[in-house]
Amino acid sequence: MLETAHRAASRRHRRRGLGLLPGLLLGLLLTAVVGLVAVPAGAAPAACSPDAATACIQGTLRTSAGEPAVGVTFDVEGPAGTFQGVTNDAGQWSVAVTEAGEYTVTLDETTLPAGESLRDPAANPKTVQADLGRRPGALFALGDPAAAPAPSASASSSDGAGSGDSPESPAAPEAGAASEGGASGESAAAEGSGNNRILQLVVSGLVFGLLLALASVGANLIYGTTGLSNFAHGDLVTLGGLIAFTAVRTWGLPLWSAIIIATAGGMVAGWLLDAGIFAPLRRRGVGVTQQLIVTIGLALSMINLYLVLYGASPLPIVSSISERIDLGPVSLSQQTILSVVIAGVVLAAVALVLQRTRIGRATRAVSDNPPLAAASGIKVASIIRGVWVSSAGLASLGGVLMGLYLGSTRFNFGSVLLLLMFAAITLGGLGSPLGGLLGALVIGLVVELSTLVLPNDLRYASALVILIVVLLVRPQGILGRAQRIG
Amino acid sequence: MDFASLLTDVLREATGPTAIAYALAAIGLNIHFGLTGLINMGQAGFMLLGAYGFAISTIAGLPLVVAFLIAIGCAVVFALILGLPTLKLRGDYLAIVTIAAAEIIRFIGRSVGLNDLTGGSQGLLGNQFKYSFEGASPFADGLVAIGPISLQMNASNSWWLRIVGWGLVALACLIVFLLLRSPWGRVLKGIREDEDAVRALGKNVYTFKLQSLVLGGVFGAVGGIVISLASSVQPDSLGRPVTFNTWTILLLGGAATVFGPVLGSILFWAALVLVRGLMRGLIPPDVLSSTEIEPLGFVLVGITLVLLIVFRPQGILGDKKELAING
Amino acid sequence: MAEPIVTDAVNPDVVAARDALRGVAHTPGVAKPTPLLVADGVRRTFGGVNAVDVEHLEVQSNVITALIGPNGAGKTTFFNLMTGFDRPDAGSWTFDGKSLAGVPASRVSKSGMVRTFQLTKALSRMTVLENMRLGARDQVGEGMGAALLRPLWRKQEKEVTEKARDLLARFKLDTKESDFAGSLSGGQRKLLEMARALMSDPTLVMLDEPMAGVNPALTQSLLGHITALRDSGTSVLFVEHDMHMVRHISDWVVVMAEGKVVAEGPPKEVMDDQAVIDAYLGSHHDTDLGDDSLLEEESVISAEAMAELEAEEEAK
Repeated sequence: MLETAHRAASRRHRRRGLGLLPGLLLGLLLTAVVGLVAVPAGAAPAACSPDAATACIQGTLRTSAGEPAVGVTFDVEGPAGTFQGVTNDAGQWSVAVTEAGEYTVTLDETTLPAGESLRDPAANPKTVQADLGRRPGALFALGDPAAAPAPSASASSSDGAGSGDSPESPAAPEAGAASEGGASGESAAAEGSGNNRILQLVVSGLVFGLLLALASVGANLIYGTTGLSNFAHGDLVTLGGLIAFTAVRTWGLPLWSAIIIATAGGMVAGWLLDAGIFAPLRRRGVGVTQQLIVTIGLALSMINLYLVLYGASPLPIVSSISERIDLGPVSLSQQTILSVVIAGVVLAAVALVLQRTRIGRATRAVSDNPPLAAASGIKVASIIRGVWVSSAGLASLGGVLMGLYLGSTRFNFGSVLLLLMFAAITLGGLGSPLGGLLGALVIGLVVELSTLVLPNDLRYASALVILIVVLLVRPQGILGRAQRIG
Repeated sequence: MDFASLLTDVLREATGPTAIAYALAAIGLNIHFGLTGLINMGQAGFMLLGAYGFAISTIAGLPLVVAFLIAIGCAVVFALILGLPTLKLRGDYLAIVTIAAAEIIRFIGRSVGLNDLTGGSQGLLGNQFKYSFEGASPFADGLVAIGPISLQMNASNSWWLRIVGWGLVALACLIVFLLLRSPWGRVLKGIREDEDAVRALGKNVYTFKLQSLVLGGVFGAVGGIVISLASSVQPDSLGRPVTFNTWTILLLGGAATVFGPVLGSILFWAALVLVRGLMRGLIPPDVLSSTEIEPLGFVLVGITLVLLIVFRPQGILGDKKELAING
Repeated sequence: MAEPIVTDAVNPDVVAARDALRGVAHTPGVAKPTPLLVADGVRRTFGGVNAVDVEHLEVQSNVITALIGPNGAGKTTFFNLMTGFDRPDAGSWTFDGKSLAGVPASRVSKSGMVRTFQLTKALSRMTVLENMRLGARDQVGEGMGAALLRPLWRKQEKEVTEKARDLLARFKLDTKESDFAGSLSGGQRKLLEMARALMSDPTLVMLDEPMAGVNPALTQSLLGHITALRDSGTSVLFVEHDMHMVRHISDWVVVMAEGKVVAEGPPKEVMDDQAVIDAYLGSHHDTDLGDDSLLEEESVISAEAMAELEAEEEAK
């Protein structure tokens, strides 16, 4: 499954002090956090780096089981001449060309590993447009043409796209990661009989939904207390995954401590964001729309910073293959079970705090009516600070657990999930935490079950369609309250 | 490092198809946000639809004008589909629905199932659909140098595309200028300030918002056509970051102004090329490889956006007095 | 505070309407001689609480009717329902003989019933004159296509501007016409909002707390404007907490409590009614009925917030 797929990804360690960056990164307080934790271990694809005079045509090939396909030969032909590329032990290949134009990429099928074949033989050869300074990808999927698209295929395509082939969109490979994400790692286990597959998909959907709920509950709390839709929330989720990755893979810490460090790191980030940016903006009476645009700026900066520090490849937090445990007709990996248990406990704790404690009641009072809450002696500013801290902490934790469940994290991991999180909390009714949980479960189920009728690469799209349909019928969401005017 | 060639690059980019396309998209977003207060987070979706509409109908053999109209028609239909259910809801919903819808377009465009139509994630190569536009050029083919910039007259990133593109930008600015001073524009501004008040004055706010969404979306689609004529239709290059860049451009130049989006786009691309060029020239490649400089440029874009909101929310051309008033 | 306003109406319609009202019984839901607005069985619940539950109410034309009641009585909600800004759970109502149930707010306004808001909605980043022009109805240039062709609407725009300047002069805002509305004082914004509503020559003006937040120096002129409005043939229905104002300028008073109409009658009689005093003040008998500004807006919100909070609790 995915864990195995990414296990062998080659990693060229690049140690880099952040001495250069501070001048560039003024205003982005978060840098400090990232800088502290980041000793990047990005997996740069084979040695070709595009510049003004070079384009790198490249790709990653995986077997139908998700292992890197080693030693496969590609012939590349175009304006600059004829070249040959061979996949390395990470399944990656690249060819440097010095002239822009259209190139024909042919996969030499005789060099494929034993038993492997192209899933779509008609897609070989492929034509790619190579512009100088870019990394156009030429992607091929291996597997049985008749079978449902195997997760490995989409994972391979995401790797190629992940190298980014357009200067306009460093975050372009979202959809690649999207198909890599989802719960394909789990659902693929049950390709067997119909009923069993549906059951496995339902379980996967619920697991994914629960983790999505944990990752998104913070955004919901922020929205509830400040009215702000935080577009950088997804990147806080990524932050958790990256911190955990660094803690486990670079510092060699055990997973449990990585989870704690990641959560704490997220909380620090939340504190910095509010203390450094949003609290001053609120004090100056800057409108929510303007603040929303600030979060967009943050999201843009953070995702690109992650890209610089960690590269575009998937980053498996845990290297070993997790044992699968059979639970009746379905089977789950140990990591998944661990993630689900933690997510369930934490969500229950959040609900308990909101419902039963003084601070929770104060938070809900601020959500309902900040001026009234302030008038009744609640320190609104510190409540909001607390909400930011816990929101970012929960997002980070969600990022780690989601990363464990899906097998790996990535620079754009959270931003891919951002829309699903928004969809979940909008479905549930903006600002209603319980609704958010329900919304997330619905989204999880839709994402997984849609694969029964739709192609795999449209699973996230289906969740977004559901969002729009529900808003049509019930604009205030599942548990939301209608608005009062005047 | 070679400053002359860097400055030529800057000039080329600041007047090139990318700046034109983003200027058009930002003019559209200005109608949405600057005039009407609609938070459209899916402008890239309109651009992508415009590009697909134009490219696919040209590939199907339709003439240039028809393909152009089909592209605009796609944007109109998309705006209606988005607007009809959501414009009655609170503003945040529109933001979430538009960003979701733009992603849906992209997911569908790049899905394997539509490979024959959209080219899947590889997209549609420019050579498949550029001929009708290039054929419409009255100029002779060949390399033409104007000042330091030397370009093909008609092919791809050409003088012809720039002439038509800036013509479209000028037309869009004229339309916005005329609308801004009209009673129609007045209603939109009223809606931006407080739609309930406008409703209480007997205006059908919903219709006005829908008109605004459609018109701004059409400008986005035209921007999408320009960008596709310069290179290709690539779904992943018209994703969320494009929308975010467009927002930066609009706020940089100044929302609710006529020329703000245009100025914003020129400055944005000039600055980005300049900063990247300087980093490439001044930072040794073993410290920062060229692949890392590109995202670093966008880190700076994000920071610029934050700083703009904090220190100069009215942008370059905006009226400080107007923005100082907190509605 | 204020001296009684002299309201020697010169408009014969107003005199006739007042005369007719003298013969009307002082019971809740009583029929009026020439009603303009008639509501039947209008009910709106928020989380199980009846915010508005009006069995029958008629609003007489050509007079000033005050709608009073304790906080949370449902006055503003009733306004919202009548003007299409909120949908009732049940009920029907007619304005000028036409049913308005389910009609959207903009069409309600077009039919001649124009409202203002409790928290003024001056369009801050537009000039005072642009605010006024926006109030005019049926403007050709409000069509997207026509907007591009100035000759089509130049003449009408001129007329609209003239009318706007007349009204601004009447409300003593003419010197401010090119200022941003956001730079006006609270009282001036109230005046602007009222003047803007008059741009469409409404039949009935509904004012939601016109005095709230207004500088006492402006109170007098505001009261003058409202009575002048009536004398020029516009009917007025207003919600107000300032009991002096209610006493001095209204011809008829309707009292709401807990969503229901509990009393109706001429101002003096209604305000001396012990049942009204009890309903209105609850246990706070020591408070002056004429100085209701003690009751702050927060308590309205708090009552509703509590109701919603409870509803939310129930749902869980």
